[in-house]
Amino acid sequence: MANQPDQSHAQRPSGAAASPIAIELIGINKHFGPVHANKDIHLVVKRGTVHGIVGENGAGKSTLMSILYGFYIADSGQILVNGQQQSITDSRHALALGIGMVHQHFMLVDNFTVLENIVLGAEDSPLLDRTLAHARTQLTELARDYELEVDPDALIENLSVGQQQRVEILKALFRGADTLILDEPTGVLTPAEADHLFRILKKLRAEGKTIILITHKLREIMAITDEVSVMRQGAMVKTLITAQTSPPELAELMVGRRVLLRVEKGPAHPGEVMLEVEHLVVTDDFKIPRVKDISFSVRAGEIVGIAGVAGNGQSELLESISGMRDQQSGVIRLNGTPLSLEGDDGAARARDAGLAHVPEDRLRMGLISSFQEWENSILGYHNRYGRGLGLDIDKAKQDAQAYVAKFDIRPPTIDLKTANFSGGNQQKIVLAREMERDPLVLVVGQPTRGVDIGAIEFIHNQIIKMRDAGKAILLVSVELDEIRSLSDRILVLFDGKIVGEADPATSTEGELGLLMAGVHAGNVPAAGPGTLPAHETPVEKTLVERGPNEQSIKDSQP
Amino acid sequence: MKPLPRWADNILLPLLNVTLAFLIGGLIVAAVGQNPLQAVGIMLYGAFGYGNGLGYTLYYTTDFVFAGLAVSFAYHAGLFNIGPEGQAYFGGLGVIFVALGLNGVPWYLVAPLMVIAGAAFSAFWAFIPGILQAKRGSHIVITTILFNFIATLLVGYIIDYMLRPPGSDTDSSAPILAATRIPQLRTFIPYFGHSPVNLTVFLAVIALVLVYWLIWHTKFGFSMRALGQNPVAANYAGISNQKMIMLVMIISGALAGMVAVNNVGGVQGRLIINFVNGAGFVGVAVAFMGKAHPIGVALSALLFGALYQGGSELAFSMPGVTKEMILTIQAMVILFTGAMGDMLRLPLQSLFARFEKAR
Repeated sequence: MANQPDQSHAQRPSGAAASPIAIELIGINKHFGPVHANKDIHLVVKRGTVHGIVGENGAGKSTLMSILYGFYIADSGQILVNGQQQSITDSRHALALGIGMVHQHFMLVDNFTVLENIVLGAEDSPLLDRTLAHARTQLTELARDYELEVDPDALIENLSVGQQQRVEILKALFRGADTLILDEPTGVLTPAEADHLFRILKKLRAEGKTIILITHKLREIMAITDEVSVMRQGAMVKTLITAQTSPPELAELMVGRRVLLRVEKGPAHPGEVMLEVEHLVVTDDFKIPRVKDISFSVRAGEIVGIAGVAGNGQSELLESISGMRDQQSGVIRLNGTPLSLEGDDGAARARDAGLAHVPEDRLRMGLISSFQEWENSILGYHNRYGRGLGLDIDKAKQDAQAYVAKFDIRPPTIDLKTANFSGGNQQKIVLAREMERDPLVLVVGQPTRGVDIGAIEFIHNQIIKMRDAGKAILLVSVELDEIRSLSDRILVLFDGKIVGEADPATSTEGELGLLMAGVHAGNVPAAGPGTLPAHETPVEKTLVERGPNEQSIKDSQP
Repeated sequence: MKPLPRWADNILLPLLNVTLAFLIGGLIVAAVGQNPLQAVGIMLYGAFGYGNGLGYTLYYTTDFVFAGLAVSFAYHAGLFNIGPEGQAYFGGLGVIFVALGLNGVPWYLVAPLMVIAGAAFSAFWAFIPGILQAKRGSHIVITTILFNFIATLLVGYIIDYMLRPPGSDTDSSAPILAATRIPQLRTFIPYFGHSPVNLTVFLAVIALVLVYWLIWHTKFGFSMRALGQNPVAANYAGISNQKMIMLVMIISGALAGMVAVNNVGGVQGRLIINFVNGAGFVGVAVAFMGKAHPIGVALSALLFGALYQGGSELAFSMPGVTKEMILTIQAMVILFTGAMGDMLRLPLQSLFARFEKAR
């Protein structure tokens, strides 16, 4: 081994001796080829605490946790579990030491019941019946102790995302985990489900479990953690007591420079109606209506935000307006002219009419990851390069180079494979391509999903800039904060219908949350997040009824 | 682990695979009591050592280039066309119709028409699976395989019951007159002995360049690769999935049709039962070994051409080595370069990593 572990415990936070230490990492180094993914990491996680780990994508959080969980083996360094030095070689070993992991993408068998999933791989007898009976008792106890209620006989595919996550947590606890690692657990949850998760985590902490929470959402760090460690570019920057820090300080530590967390924008100056949708009905691949008779319009120079829990028709709405999915009925007008988007090349006609589209799932739709950067920067507009059959590669590369400079895409190497760019930079590639064609209307889905804080700021500013340049912008996002801070008007989508319109300046998160859950403001007197029932919020109920499979697929992204 | 450098991936790895295949082949030869080194010498000499052998190698290579390009081209659109065998066979009908219809007209007037007719007939045979895939979702692998069988029976029927001249007892059409046949290189260059390599070999070179240009330097190629790499993104980009599938299959089939031009128009001078003789299937191996890139296709087609020619030379001059054993050696090459092509990748990668560390 090239590097010997550094024995100086330089970054051990003060007061570590006050409570016993569950996990201690000393001088962890990990290389992937030329990439130094973890640089001499020291980390102390105290027993019975929630310890947050924040950092941008690629900061090395997941690598570090994978080392702790035995998925990777460190090049050098030591791992101490309960004060004992261990060399963790695989996840089974980690579990035996009481370390459990809840992955970002659930590792569940969809057509198995909750109980079957929980015993999977931990069967204690060749006869399944006995294992299941034994597991059922344990599960009931666990569920009671930690408020982790799920029906043990329900099929996974019929559970909401939040409930599936609970099954993942139960799986780890069933295997005797004292320390739980949660990797971006709220990425797929509604606000209400996230609140419930945090209640569960607090309960677990109260029972003496240790929780390591990986996230890039500073609000969650502030809400639930006791201590927080910040990583940047593979190095551990600092460990702080959460109560003694603030989101701006954490953001600055993460990015390495000051970051504006609030979007600065002036008042909108709406002009002519540019995009008009009338009585739009769209079905999904199984011919089930997802968009049910929607009408709205977007004016030049305004941002209309569509809020809603994922899976309420947003994807189908975006896809039909942008020409990717045929509509059942209704009219879509662009600058007064009805668009005809039928057929599998409708997206080309939408673009020709002046409609640019930033898709919600950039890796699945917006980019071809095996293409070089310059090829993706003309995708969808490639027919505009060169006359006749030939592709004007020189012109394409010239444009790509200009976008790279203007949008600060890193690395600025247009010949690099797109898969080798980070999430934020990939999103910039898409944004540059769609924004730089001078469209009349820009349709944007989940613009900052999986994007670093530094890039979020940039992307938000670009969207505002487009608005101020007189473009009509339709913004769809499941991040309520994003909708509220960017939009000039908010429409709330629930079960394929627009159930309300709100003014971002005057409406509260609670009001919007209720609308998103399908509860009309009139039905509930004092609306607020606290009024939601504890265990089965309306959101979850509807999710269960609809079967959230496709949602969980669409929401997952690397 | 770090991926291999490009040169190692594209040259070293295939070379090692071929070497491994020959080593195993050598063991087989040794097992029957023959000298493997001598066998390799005979194969190399037979394939490249003298004019007649080289001519045969180039003739086989011509076939394999066309079939390999047909598979490679469709592959870039995400379509696995396993039907060049049947497509080429059906294309033979187009070539023979034109040639017999204009029998006696000088070849330089007829040859372009043979190319067009062969391309059109083969394209049609590939278009049917294409439209079935595009409109009905029938899997192209299944349909192209089945269309090979249909072509075998249908063209066989047409030859036997419609094209066979009355009184003839061979399973073939009437012959094309010498003036109308595509000339063989030996008429200009006596060096090639009595080998069948003909002007179609230049068409193969043109096709290689054309396919390269089409894939990487046209809008069509861009759309096609987008579709092949990510159909959802292609839909997002407004590329019509259905139109592209049909167009790509038409072009792929047309490439396979050139096998018919080479054989029917240039070599046999008539339409013989089963004239394709497996060249279409070799095309699949050629495309995979050549990584669906025209340069790779050219090289692997040459390798297979040399194996075919060198192999028959070996069977001829080493009676202990039977035809079946040569087939086995050819299969080894396909096995090691195709199915097990990545077997040596990991060891090679760790070797490179160790080497780098040592430096």
